[in-house]
Amino acid sequence: MAQKRGVLSACLSPREELPRQLILSTGVIGWALVILAWVVLAAADVVPDMFLPSPWEVFQAGQRLAADGTLMNHIWASFEVVVIGFVISSVVAVPLGLMMGSFRIVQAFLEPLVNFVRYLPVTSFVPLFILWIGIGLEQRITVIIFGVFFQQLVMVADIARGVSKDLMQAAYTLGSNRRDVMVHVIAPASLPGVLDTLRVTIGWAWTYLVVAELVAASSGLGYISLKAMRGFQVDVIFLAIVIIGLLGLVTDQFFRFLRTRLGAWAN
Amino acid sequence: MGQLKTLHAVAPAAADAAVEQRPVQLAINNVSLRFPKPDGGEFTALENICMEVREQEFAVIVGPSGCGKSSLLYLTAGLNHPTEGSIEVAGKTVTAPGPDRGMVFQGYTLFPWLTVRENIEFGLKRKKVGAAERQDIVAHYLKEVGLENFADNYPKQLSGGMKQRVAIARALANDPQILLMDEPFGALDSQTRLQMQQLLLRVWEHSKKTVVFVTHDIDEAILLGDRVFVMGARPGHIREIIDVDISHPRTLEMAMEPEFIALKRRVMNLLHDDLEAMH
Repeated sequence: MAQKRGVLSACLSPREELPRQLILSTGVIGWALVILAWVVLAAADVVPDMFLPSPWEVFQAGQRLAADGTLMNHIWASFEVVVIGFVISSVVAVPLGLMMGSFRIVQAFLEPLVNFVRYLPVTSFVPLFILWIGIGLEQRITVIIFGVFFQQLVMVADIARGVSKDLMQAAYTLGSNRRDVMVHVIAPASLPGVLDTLRVTIGWAWTYLVVAELVAASSGLGYISLKAMRGFQVDVIFLAIVIIGLLGLVTDQFFRFLRTRLGAWAN
Repeated sequence: MGQLKTLHAVAPAAADAAVEQRPVQLAINNVSLRFPKPDGGEFTALENICMEVREQEFAVIVGPSGCGKSSLLYLTAGLNHPTEGSIEVAGKTVTAPGPDRGMVFQGYTLFPWLTVRENIEFGLKRKKVGAAERQDIVAHYLKEVGLENFADNYPKQLSGGMKQRVAIARALANDPQILLMDEPFGALDSQTRLQMQQLLLRVWEHSKKTVVFVTHDIDEAILLGDRVFVMGARPGHIREIIDVDISHPRTLEMAMEPEFIALKRRVMNLLHDDLEAMH
């Protein structure tokens, strides 16, 4: 259809599918334009070199730090914190959120609390966490959990609340008890939405990681970024930003993959 | 298939006896259903409903929209509770939903994350039926509804009519005492609906389940039913019970017979009176 009407017309029609090649090349062009603008800005000396390194300089900084293994150590330090914090948060938030969305009594108990805590800026708790927990790994993990958990809880509860009552009634007439309805209807029906929630919230986990590392850490991408600022190594700051972006992209793709594998029925 | 026979054999001695002599399978005793209204008053959805459906009978409830016919079915399923009165299925008072009362809903209620096979197995798994026996039962009902080649498809790959066929198979696989059907063909196009009526008649003639079928379609009511319970609205009540003395197996052509048309006129007049009373 799109072929007959012409690609241009297809591009301008809402929701119209396009050839895969066109989609891929458009994505590449988007990236190419950003990098090109960066190269031109860096080369044109509009901004002093000290503040805007060229992509090549950032790449060299990456090589320099990778050579002695420090880059890998910092990446791993950050990755570890994000994964531990995110997993602890999700393991509690997903089942609790399903309960909160399914049982009015759990909702009545948790909702007022959660909706209070949810709007407190996580950053305002960082000084408190440092006093209580110190500046080790645990402190950064706590910041991530605090930043992600309450959001996950509310989002998962909404998903569970959206499960069709008809499906639950069908399950009851087929001999399910209440536990069966939780395990065999509400949980599987919520799975695609839960995976979407995880995908969105892991992005936030990366954000809170950097917040935590900027304030108090002795390793990690946020930490090298802060150290680089003190030493006017703008190329390293850029490097840290690029790597965080790439790691975010990888985790996003991971959840996207899970979603297409486990939630195909919902597409 | 041997196991199937014992599980699903439904040919007791009474099979050929007149309907009136068979045991009562469903008894609805003085059931009323009321809801509080926001203004503090009360809305009566169903008033003093009494009805009996006998074993292996195909009972149809027909009535205008809003007469509470679906509510009555939900009460029988145990998905809602009567304000007054009681409902008994096979001598047991209904207090909650259970696998002895299978239900086919108006909307599509297949579990979208399960294949056709897994949907049909759902109730059997809850009953902890073994894998081999499950497979036999699923194969039997897939064949009954003509979906042998769709066992591993997901609901979203099926048409509306096919989804309802799976829903019928899923309810029957549980071997319920009674099959409740809430306008199951209401969302289908008229061609598909005719096919589904034929299919249901055939399946019913094989399984001889007690069926309570709710519809607003008069042709459907007479074609399928042994008896048609005509309901009126405001509040929902049973106006008349009409015996359909048309022999089985039934076919669509019977809808052209004079006796069919006479019955249709009778039901229409009853429903029409009710409409006029409302205006």
